[in-house]
Amino acid sequence: MSKPKVGFYWCASCGGCEEAVIDLAEDILPIVEAVDIVFWPVAMDFKRADVEALSDGELAVSFINGSVRSSEQYEMVGLLRAKSQLIVAFGSCAHLGGIPGLANMFDRKEMFEEIYLRLPSVNNDKRVMPAEEITVPEGKLTLPASWDTVKTLDQVIEVDYYLPGCPPPVDLIKEAVNAILSGELPPKGSVLAPDVALCEECPRRDSKPEELALKEFKRPHEIEIDPEKCLLAQGLLCLGPVTRKGCGASCVSVNMPCTGCMGPTGRVMDYGAKALSAIASSVDSKDEHEISAILDRIVDPVGTFYRYSLPASLLHRCYQQTASEDEGKEQ
Amino acid sequence: MSQVETGSNGTPKVGVYVCHCGINISQKVEISETVEFAKKLPYVTVVREYKFMCSDPGQELIQQDIREGLVDRVVVASCSPLMHEHTFRGAMAAGGGNPFLFQMANIREHVSWVTVDKKAATKKAKALIAAAVERIALHQPLERVQVPVHPDVLVVGGGIAGIHAALTLADSGKKVYLVEREPTIGGHMAKLDKTFPTLDCSACILTPKMSAVGAHPNITLWTYSEVTKVDGYVGNFKVTVKRKPRYVDEEKCVGCLECIEACIFKEGKFRSEFDEGLSKRKPVYIPFPQATPLVAVIDPETCIEFKTGKCKKSCAEVCAPEAIDFEQTEKIKEIEVGAIVLATGFKTFDAARVSRYGYGKYPNVYTSLEVERLVNAAGPTGGEVLLDNGKKPKTVGIVHCVGSRDENTNPYCSRVCCMYSLKLAHLLQERTGAEIYDFYIDMRTPGKGYEEFYERVSQEKVHFIRGRVGEITDWAMEPEEVGKLVMRAEDTLMGAVRRVPVDMVVLAVGLEPQDDAEEVRRIFNIGCSHDGWFLERHPKLAPVSTFTDGVFLAGACQGPKDIPDSVAQAGAAASEAMAIIDRGYVELEPNTAFIIEDLCSGCKTCVAICPFSATSFDEEKKVVVVNGALCKGCGTCVAACPSGALQQNLFTDEQIFHEIKGVVSYV
Repeated sequence: MSKPKVGFYWCASCGGCEEAVIDLAEDILPIVEAVDIVFWPVAMDFKRADVEALSDGELAVSFINGSVRSSEQYEMVGLLRAKSQLIVAFGSCAHLGGIPGLANMFDRKEMFEEIYLRLPSVNNDKRVMPAEEITVPEGKLTLPASWDTVKTLDQVIEVDYYLPGCPPPVDLIKEAVNAILSGELPPKGSVLAPDVALCEECPRRDSKPEELALKEFKRPHEIEIDPEKCLLAQGLLCLGPVTRKGCGASCVSVNMPCTGCMGPTGRVMDYGAKALSAIASSVDSKDEHEISAILDRIVDPVGTFYRYSLPASLLHRCYQQTASEDEGKEQ
Repeated sequence: MSQVETGSNGTPKVGVYVCHCGINISQKVEISETVEFAKKLPYVTVVREYKFMCSDPGQELIQQDIREGLVDRVVVASCSPLMHEHTFRGAMAAGGGNPFLFQMANIREHVSWVTVDKKAATKKAKALIAAAVERIALHQPLERVQVPVHPDVLVVGGGIAGIHAALTLADSGKKVYLVEREPTIGGHMAKLDKTFPTLDCSACILTPKMSAVGAHPNITLWTYSEVTKVDGYVGNFKVTVKRKPRYVDEEKCVGCLECIEACIFKEGKFRSEFDEGLSKRKPVYIPFPQATPLVAVIDPETCIEFKTGKCKKSCAEVCAPEAIDFEQTEKIKEIEVGAIVLATGFKTFDAARVSRYGYGKYPNVYTSLEVERLVNAAGPTGGEVLLDNGKKPKTVGIVHCVGSRDENTNPYCSRVCCMYSLKLAHLLQERTGAEIYDFYIDMRTPGKGYEEFYERVSQEKVHFIRGRVGEITDWAMEPEEVGKLVMRAEDTLMGAVRRVPVDMVVLAVGLEPQDDAEEVRRIFNIGCSHDGWFLERHPKLAPVSTFTDGVFLAGACQGPKDIPDSVAQAGAAASEAMAIIDRGYVELEPNTAFIIEDLCSGCKTCVAICPFSATSFDEEKKVVVVNGALCKGCGTCVAACPSGALQQNLFTDEQIFHEIKGVVSYV
């Protein structure tokens, strides 16, 4: 029997998810032994034509990381969907939109102007902007179109499973691959991680008081952090209570509050709204002005509460600006 | 309450019943169009319309459809759940269904009454019906839980309301704990001279009731005591009461007053609380002769023994029953009761807050409560009303609405001031023969015999001037004003500003919530209206109930009230409490929160925020547990739970999201 064929692909991502695969270290060897990797742009020289040449469903599974924000990514994930029996959204960006998803606070025009004209390190006197098409003496050149709205993978193709995390923890990757190889998979649509919040595995849990009574939010650089005590109890905005466990509390263990990369637990529809609701419930004040003053200490609320999940939120994006007209034509 | 079978394939069978509510709904909502629309919704097997769904034949429609197996879940599109949810749940049960497989779509208050356009109203009615249908498919059959009730009752506050409630309950055979903060019961009524409109002597009608409380075998009277903590829920409250030390053994003291006589202070030296500071008392005292219990109390703030430890303790020497006990300490009592009546009363408005009336500045400006003591035969002056120069006043001014009907203080009417001002006008005139000038905004005398009393007083030597007093001053502008208090007001009937010189002024102070009303509210888990009065469950239909089952309100703690109203309300509160006790059990609504233990991370976010202390952390299992008997279904913990591990019956996320889907998906 031939070995199952596997593909890896990246969309709008930082490359950290690819690193996570390498982080399997020697554990990658039995995996490579068991499967045939037939597509992995970051590591091996395959072309799009190689994928197109596959028959439908020939890939046992494709691991796709990154959110989807360009026409090229959209085409590639569609192609991989057709060729794959299983699609695994790999990492926060594919799962919930990830850090690139914060671009949904703006539209493409605003974003391009910021990046190509206004950033202090940019020197662009001729105001050259990215274009989808340009004519040069040799002919017409094209580039993929960037979208106004960053999307999660399951907003553009059907996704079978999700591996959460920024990047997904090595143990979860191993478990997921083993589950796929053995065929012992949970119901379709599952997130391949425990469905309990991080506090459960947090080494500081027992030091969390029953009443947080938050009077002030602090940032990690502002205080000397007690390495044993619950970070929320120290006034740090730790999102552990809202965030799915499975990472081994790696940030919290090194004095960094959880920022929520593993996303919400299964019953929560909107991560940021839930985080806000939970944190607001712990603020100790009945006075409107005092409450405002306490909450004003939270720098960049959207970037804090929706750091990894703005595109997956109920609102998907900021609607202050009108998105350009081609939004509707993307799919 | 067995659940009817669902369809053979397990799918729900939803019945939709659209009510016309006479023409309340049908004049704005196209009923037939709505019915046709409902027929196409998922799982709907029966759609009917009826003129009054809440009527017996209307309810029978539902019952019959359930009995015939046509429906197992019911949506009634009619009025608000507050109005008739109970009715239709009852109809479900009567038909053999589970009362919680029921949902109301409110197309009256939310639609027909508030929508002008017929098309828009019909569209909105459809959306709400679709929402109810979407959610009802996810309802689970639920059961109400019965919990036995503790038969004793706690009454907090020993004013006339608390006294009446306690006696009513005790007379019916209930064991009552009556807790009063002051050394004696009696409250404000004990300080009053006469009562309007009958001019009964206040003490004469009150003190028999006070004695009855003291003597009643079913009443445990704890004066000089305060409730510090209430746990539990209707039928099963656990109450902690702090008994302050009075340094006199209540069991031994016979109220002979010898100790007071023997105190090394030969004269009273300290402000008498009972006489509103118009007389002085000693460190050991009995507030007034009819105090109940008639037991002395020693004030450690003023007693030499407590201050220096060097008193010769003559009080203890003369006490034959050896009741004086300087070693007495605070005692904490824990009791269990099934119901609570709160009758914590009011305080009078601090007249010094309206500085232009000169209270505290001019010696002859009094509050109405002070004048009650002055005109009282048992008061500090033996009923003589005298000015600071020892003469009787020839003219007295009364100012209504001090701290009432005033946007700078309290916007509300204190309800009793007009009547007691009329009473004081009468009494002052009777005692001193003075001419009375009564400045009012509106004379409010609704009540049995009240208007007649007004009529009677207006025949006397009382001048009524319609106008709010702008200022009271001793600045004389005319010779006849010299040495007098000048009341300046616009007489709105005459259309002119008047200056009325008087010898004495009575400020008719309004009623305000007690200073610690907010704290008391928290202890008993009830609400306050915006001005601080305890909030009744419904202003018309549940005026003595609160939003915490088993806690009832009596008297002025719920809002300004006169004596008859306080007594009536106390009787009502007592009988509401009796209804709970006599039934013997309480049924708990099943709309409670519950935890999915496997999903709980033990983050404890929900523990501290529960207003009913229903959530707690299980240290062994490291998860939160919900006490269903304590949970009132407010949903606070469910909203706060960061991982969706807490859910609420009848309000699960799925049900709510489906409801939203119903609103937005069909019309």
